Amino acid sequence: MTQGVGVAGIYVHDQDEALDFYVEKLGFQVHTDARNGDYRWLTVQHPDQPSLQLGLFKPQPPTVDEATAQTLNEVVAKGAMPPLILVVDDCRAAYDRFRQRGVEFTQEPIERFGNVDANFRDPSGNGWKMIEARG
Amino acid sequence: MRRLLRARDRMDAASHEEWPVARLASVSGVSEAHFARSFKQAFGLPPHRYLLTRRIERASALLRDTDLAVTDIAFQTGWNSLGTFGRIFRDITGESPSELRSRELRGSHQLEEVPHCFVSAAHRPDLNIAVSEKRRRDAGGIGDGEADEKEVS
Repeated sequence: MTQGVGVAGIYVHDQDEALDFYVEKLGFQVHTDARNGDYRWLTVQHPDQPSLQLGLFKPQPPTVDEATAQTLNEVVAKGAMPPLILVVDDCRAAYDRFRQRGVEFTQEPIERFGNVDANFRDPSGNGWKMIEARG
Repeated sequence: MRRLLRARDRMDAASHEEWPVARLASVSGVSEAHFARSFKQAFGLPPHRYLLTRRIERASALLRDTDLAVTDIAFQTGWNSLGTFGRIFRDITGESPSELRSRELRGSHQLEEVPHCFVSAAHRPDLNIAVSEKRRRDAGGIGDGEADEKEVS
């Protein structure tokens, strides 16, 4: 496939912390980590999904002004950003594995409508729903 | 802010439990006064009212998706009495639990493709005034007028 979404980004309040979370705890891989002065373009990708990069961006000048950066950090910390969904083969196994690595779950795996899902947050406050892939 | 969200997440995970401000404040690691003030500032409504919206949301989902008796749903969602549950449910949603259930049974839905929590959130009551205030307005028949004013301005 050559067309489609290449990068979708989320805001994080600390890129080092986010990198540790997505790579060491969730098992993503670094795709690009490029710095230019204070600015850092940081993207990771899921090992099974090389066509999509997840951008871990810090709201900061000059892309946004200082006041907006502060607001965006608060919006993320309030859990007000749009839904994110991670699809896994086995939700309960992933829950055990991630929790052992210190992922903060907000809902244990629950089975409903014949599917299993759980919720967790990244250190910035972005909320993820983890859903078992339907066979 | 992140610590406030942690307390809200705990309410979300166990909305059937009692969540006095003291308990929420200790989850957040701040004083009670600070917690109550900053929660309202951050999320736009006081913590006890937020908890009500989650309970009503959950009760509505159970009414829609299960065959559980209304009594069971009331106790599962944290009320100690069926009467209180029924009254507050009607105050907030405008219909009784059994009315909501029969209305939902008549309609058909295509919600299977939408993840459960987002369906729930979309059906959460937008409780922007106190329940007692809402009750007063509905009784006085001025609720509609106020809503119209807001839309115009």
